[in-house]
Amino acid sequence: MSAPAVVVEDPPEDYLQEHTLKSWLLTTDHKRVGILYMISVTVFFFVGGAAATLMRLELMTPQGDVLATPDAYNRLFTMHGVIMIFFFLVPAIPSVLGNFLLPLMIGARDLAFPKINLLSWYVYMVGGVMGIWIMIFGGVDTGWTFYTPFSTMYSNTMVVTAAVAVFITGFSSILTGLNFIVTVHTMRAPGMTWFRLPLFVWSHYATSLIMVLGTPVLAISVILIALERLFGVGIFDPAIGGDPILFQHLFWFYSHPAVYIMVLPGFAVVSEIIPCFARRPIFGYKFIAFASVAIAVFGFLVWGHHMFVSGQSMYAGTIFSILSFLVAIPSAIKVFNWTATLYKGSLRFDTPMLYALGFIGLFTIGGLTGLMLASLAIDVHVHDTYFVVAHFHYIMVGGTVMAYLGGIHFWWPKISGRMYPEIWGKLSALLVFVGFNLTFFPQFLLGYLGMPRRYYEYRPEFQVLNVMSTAGASILAVGYVLPLFYLLLSLRKPANAGPNPWGATGLEWQVESPPSVHNFHEPVVVTCEPYMYSPEEAEREYAHDQRVHNA
Amino acid sequence: MHTTSASTTLDESQPLLLSHFDDLEQQHNASNLGMWFFLATEVMFFSGLIAAYTVYRALSPEAFHLASRHMNRVLGFVNTLVLLSSSLTMAMAVRESQLGNKKRVVWFLVATAVLGVGFLGIKAVEYSIEIHHHLLPGAHFQIPSEDLTEMKEVSSTPEELGLLKGRFQMMFVLYFFLTGVHAFHMIVGIVIVLIMANLMRIGWFSGHGTTQIEVTGLYWHFVDVVWVFLYPLLYLID
Repeated sequence: MSAPAVVVEDPPEDYLQEHTLKSWLLTTDHKRVGILYMISVTVFFFVGGAAATLMRLELMTPQGDVLATPDAYNRLFTMHGVIMIFFFLVPAIPSVLGNFLLPLMIGARDLAFPKINLLSWYVYMVGGVMGIWIMIFGGVDTGWTFYTPFSTMYSNTMVVTAAVAVFITGFSSILTGLNFIVTVHTMRAPGMTWFRLPLFVWSHYATSLIMVLGTPVLAISVILIALERLFGVGIFDPAIGGDPILFQHLFWFYSHPAVYIMVLPGFAVVSEIIPCFARRPIFGYKFIAFASVAIAVFGFLVWGHHMFVSGQSMYAGTIFSILSFLVAIPSAIKVFNWTATLYKGSLRFDTPMLYALGFIGLFTIGGLTGLMLASLAIDVHVHDTYFVVAHFHYIMVGGTVMAYLGGIHFWWPKISGRMYPEIWGKLSALLVFVGFNLTFFPQFLLGYLGMPRRYYEYRPEFQVLNVMSTAGASILAVGYVLPLFYLLLSLRKPANAGPNPWGATGLEWQVESPPSVHNFHEPVVVTCEPYMYSPEEAEREYAHDQRVHNA
Repeated sequence: MHTTSASTTLDESQPLLLSHFDDLEQQHNASNLGMWFFLATEVMFFSGLIAAYTVYRALSPEAFHLASRHMNRVLGFVNTLVLLSSSLTMAMAVRESQLGNKKRVVWFLVATAVLGVGFLGIKAVEYSIEIHHHLLPGAHFQIPSEDLTEMKEVSSTPEELGLLKGRFQMMFVLYFFLTGVHAFHMIVGIVIVLIMANLMRIGWFSGHGTTQIEVTGLYWHFVDVVWVFLYPLLYLID
């Protein structure tokens, strides 16, 4: 209807050019917001990690000797859980990599609502600062799940503040999810049809759906906790007609899907890395895309498996058990498709690939033990033991953190324009994989033998496995700290990565590294399918692309 | 947008295109879709509570029956009428913004806000009556004596009576929380409508502000629709 919009010539500078603090704190550039998130989630990751380290030290011996009281231990594991889940795992991949890459991948100049994107970071920081504040001034001892009636009636800690912090952070999640959904719907470049979207985008789309539909329910349940504590309205207190189980229903309606908020973006990253380093088009593109959406949908139907021993009816238990098994189908589809992509590929074992392969291994173990936990009878045996702890760490740390690190290594050249020393990258991937297994595999055994979770003293016969676990944790810690150093050091070098160091497909690799402020200099038109890797070319690229290996 | 751009001067009616969009249609669609998905989150916000209400009602029909007798159906009905009228004026505002009649947009927006305030006023009267009768959950909550007698008649054991009493209060917890959250949304809505009216008055929008008014309208209608569910749920079921 109107004249074509005036095309403003982009300044040729990259998005990192401006250095003032104001240019960062008031930015609406999705790439800069991604960097802001990267810095903050890293801080929270190490704060949560420090809490985990103290816990592992405490558990090295059967007596409580590192921390003064059991209460201190309770506060520690609560803060570990709250910080890691709400301030690291949920936002990490979507807010850092998703923010940075989603518009680039679909050929857009920015997300649909750039100001809301910046707002979501500020909201996140407000919640995060409250989280840290709680930790310094007293802490919370309820566990990250805030189970009633303990949280509403007995705990004498800062439950209300923690609930409000979680409530606030939830809005950051909602805003990010909303932004992604609208961006994918309205901002795709001409020719970027739904089935030409990178799988990264599909996974983030599914994640955003869960964020948008699940987070409000979490918000309402933590607000009810705050109300119950402040005014004693009796919604969860059985003495005045309430029901503590109501809280679990509301809480897990969000928090089980939240597991997929954490791991679906992990799938997103792995689906990009695997075809690139196998030099093959991904096997079963549509299956992987639909599996993401299927996981998002099934995720909402399985919350009851957290309540097998809460006294819910046998029929409810059985149905939730069956539904929980169903989630394994789309998850397995993905694992099989990645494996099929690897089959007869020309594999290159660069750092991101090592992380991605590690992800597949750890996620598979986590997923299979998930099937055991979904079985009603086994769950009753291992309920609230270290088996559960090991299972969800395999999924959430083995899955999400591996994928996050893999993604950071994969896109670091794009984000910063610099290559990192490959040998250190490989070493960190190896240390993380070995350290992780040594930390958490013994916990499966501990749980199966009957060591309960959340205890700070235990029977002496469990000590050997606990010492193994603590030893593994120290290896893991080294593996996590290493990238911090060599990635930051790589920033001292001049930009040397070039637009496409891995020879990858995808729009984000067609712009310079680091990308310019408005991403693309010319209007983008997409004419081909994603993942057009050709195995024949792989050999030539090996010879040609020396930069990566010699860096 | 298509129908109207001829009627006003060019520089005034040319809407501002933000730099990251390709064209105005894309920008308009993004805003609308954003509001729709935001409303989806709002639906989930209410639906957890509504599910809790439904479950408790099914578990303790007697207690909920006794408690909902204290709902003031007349005031609730009047409020429904007030709110539906505000939806009408809001829809008129959207229509006028599409036609480019800025003065009438302002007029209809103000009317919408006034009706919204009227709704809140009636709600406040209702709340004060309930608080006066000690029906606000918490320390001052007191079960009216005639209900207590009826509860004693239907319950055979002291435990059963205790549960009934608890569930009686539960009805009011959910009632105050649901209507309170709704009222909070109304307050936010009134503030936004008034801001929009003022921006329209001072001519802040480039173009007719159609997108902004439409999106505000979506929000307003949503809050309205929530009440359309709450009214029968809380007041009418017997």
